[in-house]
Amino acid sequence: MEEALRHGPLSARPPPAAAMRWTRLAPGLTLAVLVAPLAFGLAFTALPAFGYLPALGGHVVSLRYFAAFFTMPGIVRSIALALGIGLATGGISFLLVVLFVAGWAGTPAFARLQRGLSPLLAVPHAAAAFGLAFLVAPSGFLMRLASPWLTGLTRPPDWLIVHDPLGITMTVGMIVKEAPFLFLVSLAALPQLKLVETRRLAASLGYGRIAGFAYLLAPALYGQIRLAVFAVIAYSASVVDVAAILGPTLPAPLPVRLLSWMNEANLSMRFVASAGALVQFALVLAALALWLAGERLVGGGSALLRACGVRFRRDRWLRFLSFGLVVLCAAAVFTGLALLALWSLAGLWQFPDALPQVFWLKTWQRQLSEIAAPFATTLVTALVATAIALALTVACLAREDETGRTGGRRALLLVYLPLLVPQISFVFGLQVLSLLTGIDASLAGLVFVHLIFVLPYVFLSLSDPWRAFDPRYAVVASGLGLSRGAIFRRVRLPMLARAVLTAAAVGFAVSVAQYLPTVLIGAGRLTTITTEAVALASGGNARVIGVYAFLQAILPFLGFAIASLVPALLFRNRRALRT
Amino acid sequence: MHKLFKLAVLGLSTALAIAGPARAADAPDPANWQAVLDSAKGETVYWNAWGGSQNVNDYIDWAGRQVKARYGVTIREVKVDDTANAVAKVVAEKAAGKNESGSVDLVWINGENFVDMKDKGLLMSPGWATKLPNWKYVAFKQNPTITTDFNTPTDGLESPWGNAKLVFFYDSARTDAKDLPKDTDGLLRWAKAHPGRFSYPAPPDFIGSSFLKQVLYEHIGDTSKLYKPVNDATFEQDVKPLFTYLDALKPYLWRKGADYPENYPDMKRKLADGELGIIFAFNPSEASSAIENGELPDTVRSFTFPGGTLGNTHFVAIPYNANAKAGALVVANFLISPEAQLHKQDPQYWGDPTVLAMDKLSEKERRKFADLDLGAATLPPSELGPVIPEPDASWTTRIEAAWKKRYGTAR
Repeated sequence: MEEALRHGPLSARPPPAAAMRWTRLAPGLTLAVLVAPLAFGLAFTALPAFGYLPALGGHVVSLRYFAAFFTMPGIVRSIALALGIGLATGGISFLLVVLFVAGWAGTPAFARLQRGLSPLLAVPHAAAAFGLAFLVAPSGFLMRLASPWLTGLTRPPDWLIVHDPLGITMTVGMIVKEAPFLFLVSLAALPQLKLVETRRLAASLGYGRIAGFAYLLAPALYGQIRLAVFAVIAYSASVVDVAAILGPTLPAPLPVRLLSWMNEANLSMRFVASAGALVQFALVLAALALWLAGERLVGGGSALLRACGVRFRRDRWLRFLSFGLVVLCAAAVFTGLALLALWSLAGLWQFPDALPQVFWLKTWQRQLSEIAAPFATTLVTALVATAIALALTVACLAREDETGRTGGRRALLLVYLPLLVPQISFVFGLQVLSLLTGIDASLAGLVFVHLIFVLPYVFLSLSDPWRAFDPRYAVVASGLGLSRGAIFRRVRLPMLARAVLTAAAVGFAVSVAQYLPTVLIGAGRLTTITTEAVALASGGNARVIGVYAFLQAILPFLGFAIASLVPALLFRNRRALRT
Repeated sequence: MHKLFKLAVLGLSTALAIAGPARAADAPDPANWQAVLDSAKGETVYWNAWGGSQNVNDYIDWAGRQVKARYGVTIREVKVDDTANAVAKVVAEKAAGKNESGSVDLVWINGENFVDMKDKGLLMSPGWATKLPNWKYVAFKQNPTITTDFNTPTDGLESPWGNAKLVFFYDSARTDAKDLPKDTDGLLRWAKAHPGRFSYPAPPDFIGSSFLKQVLYEHIGDTSKLYKPVNDATFEQDVKPLFTYLDALKPYLWRKGADYPENYPDMKRKLADGELGIIFAFNPSEASSAIENGELPDTVRSFTFPGGTLGNTHFVAIPYNANAKAGALVVANFLISPEAQLHKQDPQYWGDPTVLAMDKLSEKERRKFADLDLGAATLPPSELGPVIPEPDASWTTRIEAAWKKRYGTAR
């Protein structure tokens, strides 16, 4: 202790040189993992887009593939669909979350819902989309429940609900997944707001709860979650799996069409698809620009309302509406998952029967041997990618502690980069790269491409609790004579075990859910539960879809369950560490 | 960061240099079968197959377990939405100079995709199918589509796997058997009387394309035109009756043609729920098999047109640059073994008709085929009606493109 005091905290014992060197490399390595594939991928998408790819017979740089792209039938509509679905998902999810937080933060109902919503984040998009389709289709569960006693129908109505031309079902499918994501990001930002005091102040001045939050707290909250909103818009405008399950078909949103062009036997379509992938990139930038313009508009509008003294005192209806919608989101996803399980056990289940006539295990039994390989690939890829992401993140954060500097806003933007650039725009290029280098679909390649998307989520999930760690524990430990390595192992890691495991569960869930990168880099030879499930989307047997999508949904849940159980076991005799 | 970039560029350029032009490895010779078996042992065959039907996927999984146990060959099914995607992989590999260790070892194929690969020299040659040990069972004399695929000689470049014939299905509990159509004109009348209860998968789905060809065959007048390559000068005129028919049909289609079923398994699901009243597939036992698996009620029955419906054979082929050629040969040979064909024709599993000649089998094997319970929903072979041979492959490609142009973007 004396020594520690004399030399100042943590400088008492120089750490072993090897450990120092390793963490020093971490930020650069992390940056390379995040940025290098993006740069290479975009470059190798751009080359064929401009007609240059000698291996496939493209020798002349020209704009003719862009010209060809814009003459594809229905292309304007495909672009508009992607743009509209991206902005609608981002806007509606954001509005819903802000209204809900404004109306309910700090109440017991809020705390209860918070526990209900967190697991939603773990449900892969594809599984949620399948569940929704089984729920709302004209032949879906809701119509079955209401038929024939209420609707009088014995056959499903001829309504275009799933695959509707405007992509409304698809947008709903995205919102039920993205709103919980924004909600959880907001939760992390809430402690930095003086919620209770501000609410009292606003109330004392006669403002309704929502108006008070909107005028006083929303700008600060928005600043914290802005990048997450951008990521939601970019992702929703570029998503392929949900679009294939719920989206319009004639024509489909742009990303879906790009993927199908990439697989055409006519090689020149690959050049057109590459040109389209750059258009997709521009489209996302345009969506973000529109959003930024919208920010100004909303800011100005809010200032105007404030200046006019609009207090919006009677906001009870809106608060309950937002509450109802959030509950509806959660209910839709969970009912959908239950339907997947039900279908996987169903024998004959005709409309309008509310339940299957026969239950059997036949579907599971028949699928077991087919599932084994994709299941193993899913598990191994997710575990390895998560382990690497975790090691890099911990090393980066440890390096932060050593230097006392965090990356700041710019580093945060870099971490978000793979979530903002459309996957299709740079994973296309990575695929071209693997073709050029003759490297076959390999597990290492798959792990690497998953790592690009797992790493940001692991970093975002772990960095807050890590930075919030009270440094005085380390000082005390150092004073008690522990080396820096021992402090890390015996004090810091155990105390942060829960946060580390949660970050690992998040990373695992992200990897399990990856569709597009798996399809493009796995090239059909390496398949996961997710790619198999989406492949079945094309009209496959509902029972088999049930098996795959249910498994896909259950895997991340298991990850989170382990993450919460392990600390309880590990620290069964350390009550304070268990929570 | 800068150093890292340099390193990556260096790595990339060496990799590019290595991946120069290469020559195809010598193909294994099926005439020397023991040598094929020896080199097949331990190989993994990446079999690219249309993955839309669960029966087929389950069957491939079963075949994989058999050849693994007997010959030490592993099958990995690569599910594609369209066989053209598998062709695309080989095309791209050839363009990039990857003439060996290709990513496709075996491909489930027929028709325009076979002709495309044959014309581009993408298939393992010389012809090997007729040299397989189990070829002796194949009904190539009785069944001309085994040696002529969509008007193109197979030349042993693909090995038969199953027979297909367009057959229609309806649910006798919901649809009156008296009203069933006897040709595509009758089908149009039925659709008008039952709006929203008929549709077809959007081409290039092969079942959707087959429906177009059936309509074209019945309406073109001079059907001999279909057995020659498309004549550009008269194409528009030739397909006019087809599109007149489709235009007349469209308002009465399911969802009024604003959306189409994905494929025939999707139509099967819609028949079970009563969304569709008449559906069709290329497998006469499709309904029996679906009843067995709880997908359709046992009131479903099949029918066909007295004037005939399209029929063809489907095959497996090996790309010229396949990585596991010996393994692929072993699999192709297993698929035409009496045992594998019997398992395939059993509606419990798939119900796909055999390509073998019964008179070439042993008495015991013949009895097993005869004893198969095809179920009440499957027509006996005598009632399947005449087979209309597939038009020249160029027709498929052209009418698919014309359909896409007309109906590919809704309204």
